[in-house]
Amino acid sequence: MIGFILRRLIAAIPTLIAVLTVVFLIVRVIPGDPALVILGDQATPEAIAALHTRLGLDRPLWEQYFAFLGRSLSGDFGTSLVTNRAIVSEVAAVLPHTLDLTGASMVIGVVIGVPLGIWAALHRNRAIDIAARLLSLVGLSFPVFVSGVFLLLAFALHWKVFPVIGNARLDDFPDRIHKLILPAITLGLVMSAYVTRVTRSAMLGVLAEDFIRTARAKGIPWRRVVWKHGLRNALIPVVTVVGLYVGILIGNSVLTEIVFNRPGLGKIIVGALNQRDYTMLQGLMVIYCFLIVVVNLITDLTYGLIDPRVKA
Amino acid sequence: MSATATPAPVPAPAAAPQVSPLRRAVQRFLSNPTTGIGIVLCALVVIGAVFAPYLSPHDPIDQNIIDRLAPPGGDFPLGTDAYGRDVLSRILWGARVSLIVSLSAIAAAIMIGGTIGMISGYIGGRFDLITMQVMDVLLSFPSLILGLIVVALLGPDLVNLVVAIALTAIAPFARIARAPVLALKERAFVEAGRALGFSHIRVLFVHILPNILSEVLVMGSLWMATAVRTEASLSFIGLGVKPPTPTWGGMMRDGFENILDAPWLSIWPGLAILVLVLGLNMIGDGLRDATDPKLRGE
Amino acid sequence: MTILTVENLVKHFTVTKGFPRPVTTTVRAVDGVSFSVGEGEAFGIVGESGCGKSTVARAFLRLVEPDDGTINYRGEDVRAARGATLTMLRRRMQIVFQDPYSSLNPRRTVGQAIIEPMRVHGIATGRAARDKAAALMEEVGLPAAALDRYPHEFSGGQRQRIGIARALAVEPELIVADEPVSALDVSVQAQVLLLLKNLQRRRNLAFVFVSHDLGVVRWFCDRVAVMYLGRIVEEGPVAPVLAEPLHPYARVLRDASPVPDPSLRGALPRIAGEIPSAANPPSGCHFHPRCPVAQPECSVSYPEWRDRGARGAACVLV
Repeated sequence: MIGFILRRLIAAIPTLIAVLTVVFLIVRVIPGDPALVILGDQATPEAIAALHTRLGLDRPLWEQYFAFLGRSLSGDFGTSLVTNRAIVSEVAAVLPHTLDLTGASMVIGVVIGVPLGIWAALHRNRAIDIAARLLSLVGLSFPVFVSGVFLLLAFALHWKVFPVIGNARLDDFPDRIHKLILPAITLGLVMSAYVTRVTRSAMLGVLAEDFIRTARAKGIPWRRVVWKHGLRNALIPVVTVVGLYVGILIGNSVLTEIVFNRPGLGKIIVGALNQRDYTMLQGLMVIYCFLIVVVNLITDLTYGLIDPRVKA
Repeated sequence: MSATATPAPVPAPAAAPQVSPLRRAVQRFLSNPTTGIGIVLCALVVIGAVFAPYLSPHDPIDQNIIDRLAPPGGDFPLGTDAYGRDVLSRILWGARVSLIVSLSAIAAAIMIGGTIGMISGYIGGRFDLITMQVMDVLLSFPSLILGLIVVALLGPDLVNLVVAIALTAIAPFARIARAPVLALKERAFVEAGRALGFSHIRVLFVHILPNILSEVLVMGSLWMATAVRTEASLSFIGLGVKPPTPTWGGMMRDGFENILDAPWLSIWPGLAILVLVLGLNMIGDGLRDATDPKLRGE
Repeated sequence: MTILTVENLVKHFTVTKGFPRPVTTTVRAVDGVSFSVGEGEAFGIVGESGCGKSTVARAFLRLVEPDDGTINYRGEDVRAARGATLTMLRRRMQIVFQDPYSSLNPRRTVGQAIIEPMRVHGIATGRAARDKAAALMEEVGLPAAALDRYPHEFSGGQRQRIGIARALAVEPELIVADEPVSALDVSVQAQVLLLLKNLQRRRNLAFVFVSHDLGVVRWFCDRVAVMYLGRIVEEGPVAPVLAEPLHPYARVLRDASPVPDPSLRGALPRIAGEIPSAANPPSGCHFHPRCPVAQPECSVSYPEWRDRGARGAACVLV
């Protein structure tokens, strides 16, 4: 197992470099001068040249690339153009909020999605199955900012069960939870819609396999067949989707944070966009890349736990 | 066995399926109520977009300070926004942006991503390995963040939105197109084509392409739903087509700012987005069920 | 007159597996095969599955690129052929596949399948191409009206006829038949074989007939080569080679194939052991671990080819 983890860790390094290269390409190769974007059309040539020097844009492209790669891999994500503070510390200050939100919504998604998916698969083409499929389709179709606004209108403005502003204090635990519930439900519902669908189809696929028929033919009770043989095999695609979904989750968390006015990575991104904080945007992208590579790694390792064949 | 015997006359085709796979797929497609509802929902939006000039009771851009934030009813069936513009008219016109952006972005992604995937799968080997690794990298990016950065760097306008959203969908279409090519290129008819002296281009685009087209188009409708959502999300963040052009995401943004005074301002465009995305998802789902060979056998 | 000469054909496949220390294994699918085919001659290649007989056919057609050896078709160097020369060679040599279900594109009508090669090679277009296609359909025993139908509307035997018509569309001189009847029902096998035999006579076609079925090869071919683990172990006129083989492997193969004569009923000899992997063939003669008459030197070096009149074999006892 340790060898397996080590191999995966080593294999993640080229992926990380590749992702960083894509970030660099997107930021640098896209036409347009960032200095011009930052300073606006009326900027003097001197001001633009000064910003070029400050951003390192006056150096050759390959030099910029390797400098960027080296800094990123050593954990230096740069400083904000606007506040002049290290991007890492800006992110670290709000990261707990984003982790609260994404973590809670993943839990909600799995807790609702997996049982619902199994239930639907076991009652294929009956009312419960059709309802589950329809509900998950509707859930998938809701952009989170729409469902967020709808939930906000209903539970915060109309019934006033939850606060409108989600600016939770990290040291006040009840407050933190209270302000997390509505945003987490917003994100969790979309997640559960994905998980329901994948669990259902994976379960249907597994239940059609020969070894399930064999298990039943051997006289193993149906309940035991489902839990012992079916679920374990159906979970593999579910883990993949949960892992893949993290990318979507991160994107959706930006929107949720805006709707509920929560501090977090999403708000930093939008702030950086509005202030044309170019270095901040680039640093945030790099941080997102690290997050995604780590999540992919965790997904891979989870496979190893569920599926004994992967370890080989 | 006599070598002089003539081949027996061949009777009418036997042991072959009586109904063509295409017709069976069409039947299954139409018998699925999900698809029917999806078509109705999408048709609503398309009709609204195409006939917006005739259906709109008011000009979507004209401001009217007297009637600002009017609740639904009377002269304004869905109310007015903070500038006194008619919400219904803006929703009808806003459908155009959603449809144009998502349709062109997905068309571009299918053409670029599909070609990359087909060529990569057909060539195979190390080239395929590297290409697919690059695609995986693109795929692992949160598409909203990717789109957001691209639009932020290029500046928000219609073309850049299309570019940004297309960029987020190239990798999935490369994957979708590649998988069946890997299986198809092992089929003997591809080898037969090579033996008959067909060029690789001809084999790939005349023989393999038609066999993967349905799979790609099914995913196209599902990804168009995602594209509509991404466009609306970018507009909601403020990176959409510039105002005063009405967009659903932009209307949500305006409505969100007036959420305490005029909740309908966020409800109507939200429902409009939901109708289109749900409709596209339903069509895609129905199409997938109709073409999926795994489901066909039952 | 000889039209195709293959000398020392080699095709190795390499497979790299494992991380972090990848292990590369080389599968010697074809390991120095030589033979020639004359005009209008039916040349058979027989052997067990995995012996490399299909790879030989694909290699001299350049459907897989050979690693070594020379291939000569009517004075033309096949391995060096590019562009127009290769296109010309593709017209001369055609192939009929084993699996009639995957050999036709499901999205194209029978007519399209037959006319397309004519167009690509500039043989005929438009009305003329369609007339030619109709004639080809009649020639392979199918109604011309079937040109507008799709492959899934036909049975396996009918599809095989379509595949033959498609190969004939470019007017080849030589057809590689790669197990052309082994995927078909026994009753249909005979019809398709008769069709191929008639075509051979009528069009003076040469055949390279790849099969594992000795009965079919005995009936169809003039000469035959027996392959074992990537090499030809015996070659010669079909009747003597399959009746009284020189090579012990060919004998084993003959004895394992049923003979339709009840008076010859007797105990079937057993072949000792499994067929070894072509990735790791035994030293010396590849057959020696299973050979009933193996000599001490057989495990040391590969036996040299010995000619015996019109035939020959690679065995020390010949």
